[in-house]
Amino acid sequence: MEFIPLGDSALLIRLGDDLEKLAPRSFENILGALQRLEAAQISGVVDLTLSYATIAVFFDPGRVVEAGAPVGNLVDWLTAKIQGALQKGSKRKQKKIESRLVEIPVCYEQEFGLDLDEVAQRAAISIKELIQLHTAPEYRVACVGFTPGFGFLSGLDQKLATPRREAPRTAVPAGSVAIGGIQTGVYPIRSPGGWNVIGRTALRMFDLQRDPPALLSAGDRVRFHSITRAEFDSLGK
Amino acid sequence: MITQILRAGPLASVQDPGRFGHRRIGVGSGGALDPFAARVANLLVSNDVTAALIEVTLGNFRIRFTDERVIAWCGGAFPVQIGQDKISAGHAFLVRAGDELVTGAPQIGCRMWLAISGGIDVPFVLGSRSTDMRAAFGGFNGRALHDGDDLPLGEVTAPARAHMKTMREKRLSSWSAPREWISTATRYPKLRLTRGADWDRFNTSTQEALMSGKFTVTPEVDRMGVRLDGPELKRIEASDLLSEAVVPGTIQVPPSGKPILLSGDCQTIGGYPKIAHVITVDLPIVAQLRTGDEVRFQETSISEAHSLLLQRERDLDRFRIGLDLKTS
Repeated sequence: MEFIPLGDSALLIRLGDDLEKLAPRSFENILGALQRLEAAQISGVVDLTLSYATIAVFFDPGRVVEAGAPVGNLVDWLTAKIQGALQKGSKRKQKKIESRLVEIPVCYEQEFGLDLDEVAQRAAISIKELIQLHTAPEYRVACVGFTPGFGFLSGLDQKLATPRREAPRTAVPAGSVAIGGIQTGVYPIRSPGGWNVIGRTALRMFDLQRDPPALLSAGDRVRFHSITRAEFDSLGK
Repeated sequence: MITQILRAGPLASVQDPGRFGHRRIGVGSGGALDPFAARVANLLVSNDVTAALIEVTLGNFRIRFTDERVIAWCGGAFPVQIGQDKISAGHAFLVRAGDELVTGAPQIGCRMWLAISGGIDVPFVLGSRSTDMRAAFGGFNGRALHDGDDLPLGEVTAPARAHMKTMREKRLSSWSAPREWISTATRYPKLRLTRGADWDRFNTSTQEALMSGKFTVTPEVDRMGVRLDGPELKRIEASDLLSEAVVPGTIQVPPSGKPILLSGDCQTIGGYPKIAHVITVDLPIVAQLRTGDEVRFQETSISEAHSLLLQRERDLDRFRIGLDLKTS
C-alpha cells in the first residue's frame, strides 16, 4: 500500500497496481477499505473516492490542523490516521462487504446501437452473439467520472474489446450503452464521446430528483439484459 | 427581489465555494475558480462567505440593480463603472434601484467575482449553488447567464442592512481588501508546485524542463483546465495508466507532451500521468490565466504549501474582524 500526496489537499492510496489482472476479491478489499475510512470519520476529511485500485482522500488542511496535526507534517499525521482506520477494521471479524447489484435493461436495436454492426464485424460474430456476450458477465464499476454518473465497467468479454472511434461523436444520446477498449459503460447525459455505441437503456443514469442522483457508484456490480423495442418504450414512459 | 443581466458577455455564471462530497458519483467541486477572491468579495458586502455570486469572464458585462444593495468585486484588472463612479477591486459600493454596473474587457487576467449583499438566491443542487455547465445543473437554470436574465437575490441580512446604513453618505468605501487578494492577475505568473503522484515516471531532464522552462497559455483555456505550450515533457515509458483521482491544480501530461493544468471544473478522474500539483494558495493566479500569458513553475514542499494556506486563513480572519468593526 502506497500513500502519495495529490497536491496539498488530497492523498492517494494505491492499494494495488493493476486491478484488471487482480481477482474479483480485490474489489471487495477496496470497497471494504473505503467503508472503513467512511466509518472512521477522520477530522478534516471532506471527500473519499475510489478508482480501480486506488482510494483518494480529500481533506481541508485547516481542519486537519485543528484536529491536532502538526502544520509541518500534516501528511504523515493523516497517513497514520488512515492506516489506523484501515487496520482497526481489518482486525475485527470482517463481515462480508455487500456491494449493490444494478440491473440495466438495454435495447440492442440498430436504431440505438449506432456502432452495433462495426463491433460485431470486428469480433467476427453475429449481433445475437454480441448481445449474449455483453449480457453474460457481472461487471464491476471500477470508477465513476468523465461526466457525472458515468461508470467505467470492468469485466467486458475480451472478444468485444473495440478501440475507441477515431473521430469522437460530438453528441452521444443519454442512455447510450457503449464499448471503449476493454471497458463498457452507459452515457448518463448527452455528451461528446468516442466509445462504440451498441444499444440504449431507458433508465435514467443521472437524475437530480433522486438521492443519490447517480444510479452507479464505484464498487457496484452491474448486469445488462436485453429487452425489445416495445419494452424499451414502455420503460421510457 | 432581482437583479437584471443586461449583457452577460463571453461567459458569466452563478458560483459559490463549490460542491463537495459527490466525487464518488463523478461530480467534481466546481465553484468559483478563485474561491478565495469570492470569499473576500462576499465579506466586503457583509454576506456569509459561502453566498452565491456572479463569476464574469473577460468582461463586456452589464447588470442593473432594482433595489438598494452593497456590491463589491475581486479578480483581474477590470474597468468597472457605475454611472460616473469608478469602482476599484476590493471596495464596497452602495447601489440604488436603477443603477447599472458596466465592465469592459480586462487589461490583465480574465475573471472577476461580483458579490451582491443578500447573495444570488438560486436553489441548492447537491449542496451547492454553483453552475455545473457541462452537466447542466445548479446555478441559474443549470446554464451560463444570458442577456435579459432576471437573477433572484436573497434577503439582505441584518449585518448587511447595518452596513448599507453606514454607506448612505458616501457610497464608495474608502477602505479596501489587501491588494494581493483582490487582483492576482499577472502576465508572467510564477506558480509554486509540489511533485505529483507520477513524478518518477519522468526523467530528470523532463523534471528540470518543467521547473526551469517557460510555458505559454494556449487558446485552449476554460473552467476545466489550461493547456500549456512549452518544452515537451516526455515520459520514460509510454504504458497505459489506470484512471485515478485528479484535483484542481493537477498538472497532467498527455502523450503529446504538452501539459494540462486542471482548474475548478475538471473531471474527477484522469488517466494521464500527474507530474505535479500547483499549491492551493496559487490557484487564484491560475484562475486568471489567459491565452498568451507566460507561466513559470517553482518547486515547493507540501509543508510550505500548508503553512502558506494556514497563514492566509489567519489573515482573512483578521480582515473579517476588522471589517465587522468598520461596517456595523
